[in-house]
Amino acid sequence: MTGKYHRPHKWNWFLSKPAYMLFMIRELTAVFIGAYLILLLIMLAKLGGGEAMFSEWLVVLRSPLWMGLHFIALVASLWHSITWFNLTPRAMPFFIGEKRLADPLVATAMGYGPWLVISLVILWGVLR
Amino acid sequence: MGRSSTHQHDVLIIGGGGAGLRAAIAIAQENPDLSVACVSKVYPMRSHTVAAEGGAAAVIKPNDSFENHIYDTVSGSDWLGDQDAIELFVKEAPKELIQLEHWGCPWNREADGSVSVRPFGGMGTERTWFASDKTGFHMLHSLFQTTLKYDNITRYDEHFASKLLVDDGRCCGCAAIELRTGQMRAILGKAIIMCTGGAGRVFPFTTNGAIKNGDGMSMAYREGVALKDMEFIQYHPTGLPGTGILITEASRGEGGILVNKHGYRYLQDYDLGQPLDIHDPEHPRKRTMELGPRDKLSQVFIKEMQKGNTIDSKYGPVVHLDLRHLGEAKINKNLPFVRELAKNYAGIDPVYEPIPVRPVLHYFMGGIDTDLDGATSLRGLYAAGECACVSINGANRLGSNSLTELLVFGARAGASAARFAMDNPDFNVASLEAQAEDESKRIRRDYIETGTTPGTSSGDGGSERIATLRNEMHEAMEGGTGIFRDEKSLTDTCQKIAELRDRFKIVRIDDHTNSFNTDLTAALELGFMLDVAEAIAHSALERKESRGSHQRLDFTNRDDENYLKHSLAFWQDDDAPPRIEYKPVTITKWPPGKRTYGKGSGLTKQENETT
Amino acid sequence: MPDEKTITLEIFRYHPESDAGPRFQSYDVPYNEDWVVLDAINWIKDTVDGTLTYRWSCRMGVCGSCGMMINDEPKLSCAVFLKEYYPNPIKVEPLVNFPVERDLVIDMDGFMEKLQSIKPYIIRDDVNDTSQGEYKQSPAELAHYKQYTMCINCMLCYSACPVVGSEPDFLGPAALALGHRYNKDSRDQGFDQRMEKMMEHEAVWGCTFVGECSVVCPKNVDPAGAIQQAKASAAQEYFKGFIMPRGAGK
Repeated sequence: MTGKYHRPHKWNWFLSKPAYMLFMIRELTAVFIGAYLILLLIMLAKLGGGEAMFSEWLVVLRSPLWMGLHFIALVASLWHSITWFNLTPRAMPFFIGEKRLADPLVATAMGYGPWLVISLVILWGVLR
Repeated sequence: MGRSSTHQHDVLIIGGGGAGLRAAIAIAQENPDLSVACVSKVYPMRSHTVAAEGGAAAVIKPNDSFENHIYDTVSGSDWLGDQDAIELFVKEAPKELIQLEHWGCPWNREADGSVSVRPFGGMGTERTWFASDKTGFHMLHSLFQTTLKYDNITRYDEHFASKLLVDDGRCCGCAAIELRTGQMRAILGKAIIMCTGGAGRVFPFTTNGAIKNGDGMSMAYREGVALKDMEFIQYHPTGLPGTGILITEASRGEGGILVNKHGYRYLQDYDLGQPLDIHDPEHPRKRTMELGPRDKLSQVFIKEMQKGNTIDSKYGPVVHLDLRHLGEAKINKNLPFVRELAKNYAGIDPVYEPIPVRPVLHYFMGGIDTDLDGATSLRGLYAAGECACVSINGANRLGSNSLTELLVFGARAGASAARFAMDNPDFNVASLEAQAEDESKRIRRDYIETGTTPGTSSGDGGSERIATLRNEMHEAMEGGTGIFRDEKSLTDTCQKIAELRDRFKIVRIDDHTNSFNTDLTAALELGFMLDVAEAIAHSALERKESRGSHQRLDFTNRDDENYLKHSLAFWQDDDAPPRIEYKPVTITKWPPGKRTYGKGSGLTKQENETT
Repeated sequence: MPDEKTITLEIFRYHPESDAGPRFQSYDVPYNEDWVVLDAINWIKDTVDGTLTYRWSCRMGVCGSCGMMINDEPKLSCAVFLKEYYPNPIKVEPLVNFPVERDLVIDMDGFMEKLQSIKPYIIRDDVNDTSQGEYKQSPAELAHYKQYTMCINCMLCYSACPVVGSEPDFLGPAALALGHRYNKDSRDQGFDQRMEKMMEHEAVWGCTFVGECSVVCPKNVDPAGAIQQAKASAAQEYFKGFIMPRGAGK
């Protein structure tokens, strides 16, 4: 009698299926978002250090390395936002009577819509 | 097959489907001090109650009355149902369905929050409660999940009961194989309730799942309890060709129609009333046409086939069940499972195409002979659900009465078994353990060791394959005991089953190990099915009349003078056919009348008789 | 002749009495385009090898018995057709993330305990009193939980969930979705009792929303969605705990 057989759970399970890979990518995007938040904090600190310090910092940021990192962070946060916006309707379903609102509608109302409005407000603030 | 271990409880339930679980809750709730055991060869939520679709009948709306439900059921049974049982059943039905509602069953609802009801075949008023078209599934899961609340219910999941343990004329337990280890257990109770369901797998083309092998019927039968009215076998008129998957009667209750190859609603040619236009607000009219009873609709299919009006498919003749006029929204709301099944298994989307259907074996009206409390002739043994015959279904069951039946009589059997257990606390454990030990040895000798040790008395034999015998049984049963029968076909079937029972003695299995030996359980199930098949064939041969689902080509009329009575098949021994006896039907207020559908559109008894 | 076509099934075999580890056995089965994988497995059992061990019953996708890994995807073997794979061979294995009892049979004991632990039944004082008739429930109230009642306990979601794979104590998709089903039922009053279990570490917070449970679910239950909703409830309960002692506000 040897008993039940337990199949091993592999450490690289996420490589076994594209859907798992996409999940891992979504999780990894959080690292970039976190990193960018730290960057913003640094920027605030520089701003507190006076105009000269801040201008110096801005020049550093214009280097190709920093531009590249910004680009990756942008892609990562877009990926992060879009995947989560698309998941929102399942975490927060809305009903009118017995009819459940269509997922795209909820995703727009809860995610894409506010995102667009806020972006436009910021854009208006910057371009004014 | 290891040595026996012994487990003692107050009440032991064999079978974890709707009836068994309802019985378990009835006992556990009323008697927190009693220990209840539930032995099931599958996890309870796999039980075949799960596959019931259409609904459960009970009077709840103001336009309905007990009288109407009773009359529909009595006439539906072709007057073979016991009227005291039917009256009790109808009156307890609403309470049971409300109780299930309280336990979480997601019944469909009206705008005011009350439960919805739908029309059903043979019912003169809409009274069938439903949870879309997965009513059995929702009922079973609600019941199962509710049992998880009770600490005094012990489950023996995946334990295969093979024999009842009887001492001094009293049933006190069962021998059951724990599938995981192959160990034999003596599971004992002061009272036993058999809830193992029907035996549809005796036939080749059936809606029934693989687990429905008449286990409990056979076990009780072998202990001398009669199998009652076994000749009455229900064919459901609308199964998918090829697989036999059920397309619920609710599809007709919602307004679906049956048409032949000319697109003609052929039911009108068979004394089942006149069709209303599909857009008429009165359609579907109760107790007429598509809402006629199952026995008649299945018989009519054969007649249409003989006229050459059916449609040829690769699985033989079919007719069309047309739901297209119901529209996608209604189909999605009330018949989503029908749509899913038709799409997956017939490649047909009923929103756009008619579904090919043909009659398929569905239900056993007969079963273990019980009284109104589920008690059998064997002291301490009770039965409920499809394996039992009280009888409320007589010669033909009405759709949606069986889900209610398993609740009403499951609860009653539970209550009476609990009383019996409390009144009769003592039994002889040693004798029962010895029987379980013998059963363990029998199974080793006859199955596990057969063919493994040539030259020994047990090890040499064994040449018959399970599937061969099963296929021959299927052929014999379909050929002889189908929708229409006669003396020749039934005699042939009786002979064939006797031959198969003989050959079964030298069945040889491939699997000689202990753990999860499903080859062994398949062999034991075949043995159960052969017992049930023989009871069916002999009961049918002896009933020389046509009534409900039992249609004899050589005796075409109902014969109340000689056969307004229940048949009782008694097991004799391994080499002899059953002995058939009869007992009277209980008639209280509804003397046998003409069974009419269509005329007077079957509203009430009075209207039926005056039109 | 079409009858002579065959298809190969590579089936995982393991016997607890004799095998140290699993092996694959290959069977050639007559190809029938109407057959599901389960039909082919039944054909093997009936005609070639009675020792092949698996669970099945209804063969119409509602009893939940016959879940297996079919070419590495968790599927109901009664609902997947040979023609989807023909002429390539089909690899059949027991559901992953469960101990294997024998061949294609998995050990479900863990799930049965997890299910019981979330109290999957209506909790309220008058639950056994039928004298007042049915509890009223509007179609809208029904719609709020109906989807989560559709679970057939087939265990495909547990096989698809990497959290179950790495944390065997995680309550898992089906059990949590059923807990949520009762929480959302307007007839139920057991939210507090149920949430005690559902807020534990290996319960809703164990879920990382991979979402594959909902992808493989044959009944569109969306357990992943149910768990996120339950997380929202759990978070509310958690913050409520700061404001007032638990249960006092109910």
